Amino acid sequence: MILNVTGLSKQFNHITAVQDLSFSVAEGDVYGFLGQNGAGKSTTIRMLLTLIRPSAGHIEIFGKDLATHRNEILAQIGGVIEKPDVYKYLSAYENLEVFARLSGVKLSRQELMGQLERVGLAHRAKDRVKTFSQGMKQRLGLAIALVHDPKLIILDEPTNGLDPQGIADIRNLILHLSRDLKKTVIVSSHLLGEIEQVATRVLIIDKGRKIVEGHATELFDPAQTIVELETFDNDFAFQQLQNSNWSARLQSRRDSAVLIKLDRAQIPQFHRDLINMNIQVLALRPRHSLEDYFLQVTSGKQHVDTYSN
Amino acid sequence: MWTLIQIELFKIFRRPRTYIAFAAIAALIGVVQLGLKIDGQAYVSFMMRDISSSISVEGKILNGYQVCYIVLQALLVHVPLLISLVAADMISGEANMGTLRIMLTKPISRTQFLLAKFIATVIYTLLLLVWLAIMALFVNMLIFGTDDLFLLKSQYVVLLKKDDVFWRYVCAFGFAALAMTTVAALGFFLSLFAENSIGPIIATMSVIIFFTILSTLSSIPLFNAIKPYLFTTHMIGWKEFFDIKVNDANEAIVGTIQNPGKIVQSSIVLVLHIIGFITAGIFVFRKKDVLS
Repeated sequence: MILNVTGLSKQFNHITAVQDLSFSVAEGDVYGFLGQNGAGKSTTIRMLLTLIRPSAGHIEIFGKDLATHRNEILAQIGGVIEKPDVYKYLSAYENLEVFARLSGVKLSRQELMGQLERVGLAHRAKDRVKTFSQGMKQRLGLAIALVHDPKLIILDEPTNGLDPQGIADIRNLILHLSRDLKKTVIVSSHLLGEIEQVATRVLIIDKGRKIVEGHATELFDPAQTIVELETFDNDFAFQQLQNSNWSARLQSRRDSAVLIKLDRAQIPQFHRDLINMNIQVLALRPRHSLEDYFLQVTSGKQHVDTYSN
Repeated sequence: MWTLIQIELFKIFRRPRTYIAFAAIAALIGVVQLGLKIDGQAYVSFMMRDISSSISVEGKILNGYQVCYIVLQALLVHVPLLISLVAADMISGEANMGTLRIMLTKPISRTQFLLAKFIATVIYTLLLLVWLAIMALFVNMLIFGTDDLFLLKSQYVVLLKKDDVFWRYVCAFGFAALAMTTVAALGFFLSLFAENSIGPIIATMSVIIFFTILSTLSSIPLFNAIKPYLFTTHMIGWKEFFDIKVNDANEAIVGTIQNPGKIVQSSIVLVLHIIGFITAGIFVFRKKDVLS
């Protein structure tokens, strides 16, 4: 294991941000760190990066105690914490050079330009960062995180504030880091779709506590999905389905739709049966399976149910 | 450590705000030089109005040394504000920009990080004083020439021979560097507790003003008792270099300082304040959770 966290807790005055959290990350993992806003993701990541002192617990990275081998460990970690804030009065090149030297590496101009090229900023190398868009700053933040060729990369909400293209770029970069460069990546997000597309293992936390940890494929069955059925008369549809062979798979009846859990392969047959039952279908939408799982295991389910009722 | 200091200096001198202090000093001194060049004789007449009947001074009273002393008296009160612009921004500015958290995820100990930043602040302070010395001393020597330095104290006058003045300015600027480093250390310490630089800048100036007021209220026994411990009491110690010893015949002894012990005492108090602020800063910073 490249990272082992045991019994990690953090208390801010009377507020418990993280409580007795234990998890581990294997080399080569893309480790998805999921939780709602305020769940304790950022606090945990800041503890991993020594920005916050744990109230209790133990962090071991690369087989060494973080508390006693801080500098040695941080030399092999690259991180982007929430917004990629850099020196706005410096150029992209100057920022990269400053952080490379702080990371203990002295790169030639050519090497630094190569790093900027990798994130598509070489043509803006001399421009001050204050003229950059959020997406460009994010890419520069990633270049800074990677400039010293770290073994472990920690990205906290890396897609915050990005447009769809920017989000796709970050996703591709994470996959590139993992597959091509064999880096270990920890990525936190509240955007489930993003995590689902890149993570090999997932940790879900809620209110500072671990809810579940495991391989993404173990946590939710990709073969099954919740289907949202919207019809002209949802009450009628619900009654019909209750009296059909599909009754065991019915999940709930909401104002706008009926929810039913199906194997993906069953969807065409289900559609045919709806027509046979004279149910007038407006829409049949498979919902994101990880999202359902996430809402089910976190307090988010209460929010959704309250809203739905 | 040297790399860290280099990086900090690079960052300081790439910020436009850094040059405000240099421009302000140049502008203020320029205005004084212009005023004295145009109407310097009126100033001298006003200065000598009460003693002109009893003392006759030969030579050029309004010379470069005299103008430098006038400038320093007026300006050294305000230089702390210019220093706090940078010193009080060193940590809080990084917190405000969000760069503090990136810096602290790099393989540098927090103590090293803080010391490098403080050393860079001290270098900035020293450069500001060098600039002040160039503008206030050397430029005035060029514009107004040099002669004996005539100083009016509250109860006596001091006349320093032309050849006995320059070294005193060198020492005075050295002492001012120590005093301003104390201000920088205070601003730097206060910047640990904020996430924007306005608060620490105002707090630094407030502390200086508050302590200065306490120092002036020495007729109240309580304030008189604490006065020797306030760094503001000792910040004007540079003036001691311009008091000269006299012999039994009341003749000035060239190359002497009337009360060197007072200068040493003030220097010790200022150094202790600097050490105190930085030690406390390191203690706080090492335990600080970075939430910005």
